[in-house]
Amino acid sequence: DGEKKKRKKRRRKGAHRAEEGEDEVQTRHERREREKRRRAKNDQETSEEEDDKEEDSKDEEVRPECLTPEELEKLKEAVDERKKLIQSLRGKPWPMKKKLVTLRESQEFVEKYEGALGKGKGRKLYAYKVMMTKKWMKFQRDFENFKTACIPWEMKIKEIESHFGSSVASYFIFLRWMYGINMILFGLTFGLVMVPEALMGRPYGSMPRKTVPRSEETSAMDFAVLWDFGGYAQYSVLFYGFYNNQRAIGWLKFRMPLSYFLVGVGTVAYSYMVVIRTMARNANESGVGDDNSFNFSWKMFTSWDYLIGNPETADNKFASITTSFKEAILEEQESHKDDNIHLTRFLRVLANFLVLCCLAGSGYLIYFVVRRSQKFALDGLENHTWWERNEVNMVMSLLGMFCPMLFDVISTLENYHPRVALQWQLGRIFALFLGNLYTFIIALMDEINLKREEEKIVKFNITTWEASLYNGTISENSTAPSITINPADVPRGPCWETMVGQEFVRLIISDTMTTYITLLIGDFLRAVLVRFLNYCWCWDLEAGFPSYSEFDVSGNVLGLIFNQGMIWMGAFYAPCLPALNVLRLHVSMYLQCWAVMCCNVPQERVFKASGSNNFYMAMLLVILFLSTLPAIYTIVTIPPSFDCGPFSGKNRMFDVIHETLESDFPAWFSKVFSYASNPGLVLPFILLMVLAIYYLQSTSKSYRQANVELKKKLQTVI
Amino acid sequence: MGTTASQLGKDLLSEYQELTFLTKQEILLAHKRFSELLSKDERNLPNTRVSMERILTLPELKSNPFRERICHVFSTSDQKNGSLSFEDFLDLLSAFSDSATLEIKSHYAFRIFDFDDDGTLDCGDLEKLVNCLTGETDDTRLTTDEMRQLINNILEESDIDKDGTVNLSEFQHVISRSPDFVSSFKIVL
Repeated sequence: DGEKKKRKKRRRKGAHRAEEGEDEVQTRHERREREKRRRAKNDQETSEEEDDKEEDSKDEEVRPECLTPEELEKLKEAVDERKKLIQSLRGKPWPMKKKLVTLRESQEFVEKYEGALGKGKGRKLYAYKVMMTKKWMKFQRDFENFKTACIPWEMKIKEIESHFGSSVASYFIFLRWMYGINMILFGLTFGLVMVPEALMGRPYGSMPRKTVPRSEETSAMDFAVLWDFGGYAQYSVLFYGFYNNQRAIGWLKFRMPLSYFLVGVGTVAYSYMVVIRTMARNANESGVGDDNSFNFSWKMFTSWDYLIGNPETADNKFASITTSFKEAILEEQESHKDDNIHLTRFLRVLANFLVLCCLAGSGYLIYFVVRRSQKFALDGLENHTWWERNEVNMVMSLLGMFCPMLFDVISTLENYHPRVALQWQLGRIFALFLGNLYTFIIALMDEINLKREEEKIVKFNITTWEASLYNGTISENSTAPSITINPADVPRGPCWETMVGQEFVRLIISDTMTTYITLLIGDFLRAVLVRFLNYCWCWDLEAGFPSYSEFDVSGNVLGLIFNQGMIWMGAFYAPCLPALNVLRLHVSMYLQCWAVMCCNVPQERVFKASGSNNFYMAMLLVILFLSTLPAIYTIVTIPPSFDCGPFSGKNRMFDVIHETLESDFPAWFSKVFSYASNPGLVLPFILLMVLAIYYLQSTSKSYRQANVELKKKLQTVI
Repeated sequence: MGTTASQLGKDLLSEYQELTFLTKQEILLAHKRFSELLSKDERNLPNTRVSMERILTLPELKSNPFRERICHVFSTSDQKNGSLSFEDFLDLLSAFSDSATLEIKSHYAFRIFDFDDDGTLDCGDLEKLVNCLTGETDDTRLTTDEMRQLINNILEESDIDKDGTVNLSEFQHVISRSPDFVSSFKIVL
């Protein structure tokens, strides 16, 4: 109310003054009207008559026309200072009333004098600039609002946060982030690879590589074959083999092979960029990790999770905080006591040995199963049962399910602090998945070599087959007539790239199915049994064994990371993989949100794997690196198949770059490039980068030292 | 036009956006939830305050052990009874929002933990803090020995000038190194 009165008073005053100093007021009035703020219409007084409760007294008598340059400068500084104050108001811990008053004061001041500052030639331009800045800030704010409104699944995650706390919710936030990355990868592969070929390339049936071979035609539409990604699914844009090696297709002259290659490289580059940028951002936020120097203080001040809105969760949280306090106090007292160190050491060595045996055993099992499946494939797949056909994928998924439980049991021998035990567990599961994946790849490499041998034979056979075709008709004409043969009848080379793509797609599908089925059985069925059998069971199922399950954050995050690794590995050979993954993540989000709300209980003890948020990001980075290695190896060393895919006929897949440089770019460009790729230039460049890394690392080490020194000084100075 | 009229004015809305870390939708949602706490006739009065008991019925605050302290810290009422006006409520949400800076969060966290409002965290404050965190039932409380040990450890870690209390800058120093603080000190409507 007081504000309203003040405004009315000013308006009256302004109208009064307007009659007096009409000229100057009118020019200022015009300028103001260009600015769209409502308040601009109030400020029509000249500076002398300003009621100075709100303003600094130094600006009392400012009349714009008679200012010297220094005063103009000072005025400009004052205006800038006010602007900065307005921007920093958000971060000040003042009550809203005080902030509002300060904001309105400063805004009026700025408006009043901003117009005054734009004197002389640049006046109109200055006012225009000011107006554009204001519009830009408003646009930015609206855009921020729009962006936050666009974030999907926000309410779902908020609900989970309030029931389960922030560590379970962090898994879903991670899932959502992965979904975003996969959407971009999907956009790249779909828009730049699949759609151009489908729209502008040769249609199905026009070439041998695009047609189902005669021998497979009868079974090409069977559901079993399609589920296995054979038949019509195999000879489509979903896989590498369908793509034509024509250099430019359609009226756009779209460079298909180049696009395929660059998209493959681009997906990896984009993923690296995103992961490293997120890691850098996390590292900045959390600061240098002094993990242990503030243990108790952090437990006190930061352990409560303010997002918890559910009384049951709150009780759990109280219990876990109490336990963690008591444990920490006990640990502090016992940290110098180590009884029976030899027994503990022996048990730990034994446990590690057992784990190594497990890992070696699982690796060998996978290798054995893959070789067996190759034998089955040679016999012909129809002679074997469903299990034998899908053995590899099933075995890998089952190992991924049961071995972690085994590791859990073994780790009870070790008697570590729970956080350290969790780190060991995660490390072991990581090694397990990695070992399995690499064994799978090695077995796949064997298969690739087999197919390449087969290809040589097929090439030889084709020449004889062609010769036989011509022999039949050569008697009629002296010139060889053009023979039209149905593409389905042409003998085909075994396209190893499509085979690799198919294997990955099958692996991902079986992995997904296993996850969902484990979820339904392990969580849902268990919860149903516990709830309903409890009425007629001798002991309390809910409190004792088996009770409701807790949500295993680290296991799920690892599963997600490895799934993404497989996508990165296979995306070059099966452009449909990112699309498949987007679908999978979408379904996972809804399914897991429902499952966690319906079947899980909040965790009793919450231990994060590490202090910083970068632990999982670091694992993702390692997986990204390790999964792009095989793809890069195959691209660089193995020659592509002669009759399928966009690189058929070339010596190596990356020859497409060379070809593009020669034919599509002007001559000088390829010269420049050839100079740039000269080893004489590349080696010094690499050396320079190594030196830069060394320098940066040593400066960061010295900063850390300085930090420690300063801290010590701070403590001894008082 | 008051701040609890049934509709927020556009200018007031844009000023609130300027002065808090909240987006437009969040401010409008806050306005809606705040109005729901008021009775029908109170809704048209400007600048009404909602009593602490009614604020504490919000599900986001109901289970929080520091709920009363939060209300006291953000309340600007003259009677010091913890009642919040709509602007106080916005201040609360802004400090607890996702985009708030570490400085503002640590400032308000300090004031929340300062049970006796004397500007420092002394042993009495720390003891009350621990009791809040371990729940109200007897079997979850710490024994006096454990409490004493805990408080000693905390003061040893955070009290740099060794005066037996933790002041604001020491508190901010400790908090700035914690990786969990910003993500756990959050309330979202």
